[in-house]
Amino acid sequence: MVTTEKNLIIETKNVSVFYGDTPAVSGISLGIEREKITALIGPSGCGKTTLLRSFNRMNDLIPIARTSGEILFEGHNIYAENVDPTEIRYRIGMVFQRPNPFPKSIYDNIAFGPRINGFSGNMDELVEKSLIGAALWDEVKDRLRTSGLELSGGQQQRLCIARTLAVEPTVILMDEPCSALDPIATLAIEELMRDLSKQYSIVIVTHNMQQAARVSDYTAFITQDERRIGELVEYDDTRQIFTNPTDERTEAYITGRFG
Amino acid sequence: MSQIDGGRIKFGSGSDGVSYMDQDKQVLGRFQRMFGLRWKRNLTEAFIKYGLFLCAILSIFTTAGIIAVLLFEAIQFFQEVSIFEFLGSTKWTPLFSSKHFGIWPLVTGTLLTSIGAMLVALPLGLLSAIYLSEYAPRRVRATLKPILEVLAGIPTVVYGYFALLFVTPILRSISDNIMVFNGLSAAIVMGIMILPMVSSLSEDAMQAVPRSLREGAYALGATQLEVATKIVVPAALSGIVAAFILSMSRAIGETMIVAIAAGQNPNFTFNPFVPIETMTAYIVQVSMGDTPTGTIEFKTIFTVGLSLFVMTLIMNLLSQYFVKRFREVYE
Ligand SMILES: Nc1ncnc2c1ncn2[C@@H]1O[C@H](COP(=O)(O)OP(=O)(O)OP(=O)(O)O)[C@@H](O)[C@H]1O
Ligand SMILES: [Mg+2]
Repeated sequence: MVTTEKNLIIETKNVSVFYGDTPAVSGISLGIEREKITALIGPSGCGKTTLLRSFNRMNDLIPIARTSGEILFEGHNIYAENVDPTEIRYRIGMVFQRPNPFPKSIYDNIAFGPRINGFSGNMDELVEKSLIGAALWDEVKDRLRTSGLELSGGQQQRLCIARTLAVEPTVILMDEPCSALDPIATLAIEELMRDLSKQYSIVIVTHNMQQAARVSDYTAFITQDERRIGELVEYDDTRQIFTNPTDERTEAYITGRFG
Repeated sequence: MSQIDGGRIKFGSGSDGVSYMDQDKQVLGRFQRMFGLRWKRNLTEAFIKYGLFLCAILSIFTTAGIIAVLLFEAIQFFQEVSIFEFLGSTKWTPLFSSKHFGIWPLVTGTLLTSIGAMLVALPLGLLSAIYLSEYAPRRVRATLKPILEVLAGIPTVVYGYFALLFVTPILRSISDNIMVFNGLSAAIVMGIMILPMVSSLSEDAMQAVPRSLREGAYALGATQLEVATKIVVPAALSGIVAAFILSMSRAIGETMIVAIAAGQNPNFTFNPFVPIETMTAYIVQVSMGDTPTGTIEFKTIFTVGLSLFVMTLIMNLLSQYFVKRFREVYE
């Protein structure tokens, strides 16, 4: 493993997530490095989404889901007794596979998060800053009061990114953020991710090998074992994974012979 | 035995020529069958389409017929009573020897009980809908919702006697100012009666809000209460308002409870402690009595019916405006 202890923002220790009694992923230990982009790749159903959602306790919302092991965020176990999951989600934001803007105005989409988290500064400035940060400002600055649903898919996804930026999280989790977008919108989001990684730690799930290779610094390859339980196969520098993987399953997957 | 040849599957092991011919015949047969089928299906389609159209027309005709009857009798009424008397007087005494035809006592009676009922049903209904949709574990919801819906099926006459024989005595033991027949008791019980409707319809609207919206809000650090009140309720608003309006119309049109518990005294008042009379209760009173057809007393019930109709119509128009104006479209 390439990462050094002091730069880790998230560290999972032997994490397993169960739906009911069935584990979806098991025994995952990996470290997410600060202000870098980490990609999670692997065949469909191997548990990438499940693992990603365990990073900000989104799995708590699924009644049958249960997590074991430890996930340290800035050194503290987020699954410890006294931890408030809303606090975790406020610090670790999430962008979903399908754009899900609120049925509110563009402005209110951005302002929602800061408002509920007690933001007391200049909201107009924050909205502008967030939209600029998500590379959407120029396209929407004249129609902040129109509904977020009137935007195109790619714009909606950037709105969702802007909305996440507005609460100034430390980590942004992205679950296949481009899978509902066309290639041009995808490139725009990828470029945006590179920009954001100067300030934020990003974890992205993707099915697109080129995308993982293009944007990420580190890549984790997850796959299912014979009992259909997801396990971490290999985790390394993206370049290393794509040019010289050590595990043959990784090689098979990235060369398209599997999954 | 079967063999696969260039994508076509042939059954049997006959020589190639024969089997291709067979196949062509089969294909032809299939086309014929398909066309036959298509023809039949088109007929069914047409039948269903016009059948449904007839049903729609029928309901429109029925409505138009009712309005026509109401209008016809009301016009006759207004030939004998001036519209200024009708809208200007605050006394409604068509059954007395000194007749007055001011509609307002019946309107205030109706508004008093139905607004009172809404004051009970709206907050409780909305809160219970929020609980059922956002908080209740699946199993609790699965038991509570059918129970609520059973409440909606209790005959209103039962509610009427519940108001008169149970709620009124309790109210009267609290305050001596409350009469045996009063608007308050009727309003409270009517509120209880329409509560399941408010709750159930609002809950449906909230359930229809996509899960992804809730998740989006949670991912920003929202609490369950914030998700419920700031995301789900606004997104379901058009459905919730529709539920309110439907319930309000139901309350305005409700008859048995008010006829039994609120009294039959057309009082121009908003005092909930004294006997009053609603428009519906008045119609019942005259219909059940021995008023001869064709008399002015008889015509009043159609005029009151028309007024009731206009009131609900205004409600519905208002609601449509409101729904358009404030709803959050999420699809
Ligand atoms: N809410 C749930 N309830 C029960 N089982 C679930 C649930 N969500 C996911 N699973 C199961 O957990 C396993 C992993 O699912 P997950 O969605 O994490 O996979 P994934 O790697 O994200 O797949 P994809 O690439 O298709 O998105 C699958 O077998 C799936 O059926
Ligand atoms: Mg997934």
